[in-house]
Amino acid sequence: MTTERVLTIAWLYGSKMNIYGDRGNVLALAQRARWRGIEPHVVVVGIGEAIPPESDIFFFGGGQDQEQIAVSHDLTGAKGAAIKTSVEDGAALLSICGGYQLLGHEYRPHDAEPLPGIGLFDIESEAGPERFIGNVVIDSQWGTLVGFENHSGLTFLGETATPMGTVQVGRGNNGRDRTGGAIYENAIGCYMHGSLLPKNPKLADWLLSAGLQYRCGEGDLDPLNDEIEQTAHASALQRAFATR
Amino acid sequence: MSRPVTLSNVRLVGGVVAARAIARLIRTLGRGGGTSAPGLVAEWIDPAMLTRLTSRLPHGSIVVAGTNGKTTTSRMIADVLTAHGHKVVHNRSGSNLVRGVVSAFAAQASLTGNPGGDVAVIETDEAAFPEIVRLVRPRLVLLNNLFRDQLDRYGELDTIARTWKTSLASLGEETTVLFNADDPGLTAITRDLAAATIAFGLCERKHTLQLLPHAADAATCYACSADLDYSRIYVSHLGEWQCPSCGVKRPDLDVVGRDVELAGVESLAMTIDQHGESDRYEIGVPGLYNAYNTLAAVAATRHAGVPHETVRTALESFRSAFGRIERVTYRGRKLTLALVKNPVGFNEVLRMLTAATGALTVPTLIAINDLHADGRDVSWLWDVDFELLATGDGMLGATGLRGADMANRLKYAGVAEDRIRSFPTGLAAGLDAFVNQIPDGEQAYILPTYTAMLEIRKTLADRGAVETFWQQ
Repeated sequence: MTTERVLTIAWLYGSKMNIYGDRGNVLALAQRARWRGIEPHVVVVGIGEAIPPESDIFFFGGGQDQEQIAVSHDLTGAKGAAIKTSVEDGAALLSICGGYQLLGHEYRPHDAEPLPGIGLFDIESEAGPERFIGNVVIDSQWGTLVGFENHSGLTFLGETATPMGTVQVGRGNNGRDRTGGAIYENAIGCYMHGSLLPKNPKLADWLLSAGLQYRCGEGDLDPLNDEIEQTAHASALQRAFATR
Repeated sequence: MSRPVTLSNVRLVGGVVAARAIARLIRTLGRGGGTSAPGLVAEWIDPAMLTRLTSRLPHGSIVVAGTNGKTTTSRMIADVLTAHGHKVVHNRSGSNLVRGVVSAFAAQASLTGNPGGDVAVIETDEAAFPEIVRLVRPRLVLLNNLFRDQLDRYGELDTIARTWKTSLASLGEETTVLFNADDPGLTAITRDLAAATIAFGLCERKHTLQLLPHAADAATCYACSADLDYSRIYVSHLGEWQCPSCGVKRPDLDVVGRDVELAGVESLAMTIDQHGESDRYEIGVPGLYNAYNTLAAVAATRHAGVPHETVRTALESFRSAFGRIERVTYRGRKLTLALVKNPVGFNEVLRMLTAATGALTVPTLIAINDLHADGRDVSWLWDVDFELLATGDGMLGATGLRGADMANRLKYAGVAEDRIRSFPTGLAAGLDAFVNQIPDGEQAYILPTYTAMLEIRKTLADRGAVETFWQQ
């Protein structure tokens, strides 16, 4: 008799923060677990709902202004603290765009009150004068990562923050210092849609491995045939350099 | 009637003449339809040209806006008005930014500055809507829907809704706003207007969705921000909605579509109730999304005073706009082309293609480009419910600049890898490689994004399979 391995993916505010095809990241994590015989449980955590204690991997996508305000309020207090504690204990986390901003210290809009974040990443963000729209490529510990950025927020790293990588194409965190995203323990955040994980399978597997390690201390993953993913990665890279 | 020669008329005439010369030059050079450069030149010579020409239309202008269906709906309206004896000015090629609209007017205007018609049907891009409304001062504004589309160009959906709301609030009581009340977002921005409003929507029992699709937007209450409930969902977030928290609900409908019958990829029929009358309409365009287009076109043309017999007869012979749904025979294979440009549109095309058997059994080529007019961000493919295709057995091919992203999307949708075929990125080569896999005499579907459709169509036209679109 075999015990089926399971993995819980907590999709933070999945019904509100799901702009720009961010669910592709959840699909990638779930399918790449399933293809290895690991049963993924995807739990959408909405406003007013508690963080499931069994969460192994968190995903936090982007949203429109209105949604981001509601989510910021909901994150203050116990909920934000629960996410922070899980990450400090080893849970994996991917955040994109609006979600990334709310995991920093704060986000300052143009003409509204600053939105407090939970301070998981030592970053601060503010509304910038222009919108960065285009393909984005960064060099990172997972090799080249390719995605699409679409943000007017500028993110600046604090002294203790580590960037995910160096921008090769596009603007990244702020268009000035060539940093792309941030990494803290097994948590990452960045401005990369695309969707990011399906065409950057190494990063997807790093998150899966960290999530499994956190669940049961065993993070080894069987290799998969990633031919289609690698072709998508290469073609996206080629388009990014052609349209830079 | 001759007009006195004034400086403004000289500028207007100069703009018209220059625009027409440029359009002719572009076509002579074989550089395509010449649908936007002439407008740029005309605007430069006379920035007020559009206002001047539209103000001379005895029956005014109808402006058609919405994420999906605006080309089809405005063509239906123009056809019905023509059948009623109007001479219609219309940006029929679907070039729907300000310069495209100006080009269309320049092409039809007389050299003395007469608009060359008595009524205008103007399809407008979502971002260009406020500017076109300001320039044209329409008699009727038709709002079809507001979905997520090409966010890389527009920023965010909220931004479009906000600019539309401001624009609509500037209209006076001489304008009527005809809006799809099944869309809670459109209902929110059409409240408390000085302009008259007419609400249209569906009361349909058969063609409903069980769940709000992933790509649905704006399903929150405009009054209290609670998540809306739906007693029936028709397309994306369009349906019979109500707020469980504050009780706001879909407004009473002035024009009701019901008892829709869908005949595959061929046609549809529906009953429309208006002014206490019920009429049955049959039209040669398929899918529930076209029931919305038909409903909107009937409401608009009935409002313009066209008798229902004329509307019905004109719509019976209507055929869809280029590339929206087209059937062509190429190298002996029967190809059906359907434009896909955003998650909601793509979902509805998939729903139509799988309606008969619940699965996709016909070989299908999906052509994804990432040029400006397609949206440079292909993230939207992840918002389309391709999971619907996981159960069929038909081959699914991918081509285009981002065909590789498409193939990857299909893999993650759970489509068996032996059904996924990656064809060459170049569309002419991709098309031929795909067609080579189809037995002679068999049918296949081709689902291209906007610029991919233009290129595939050009390939088919060069080989004599379809007409070129600017001749239509």
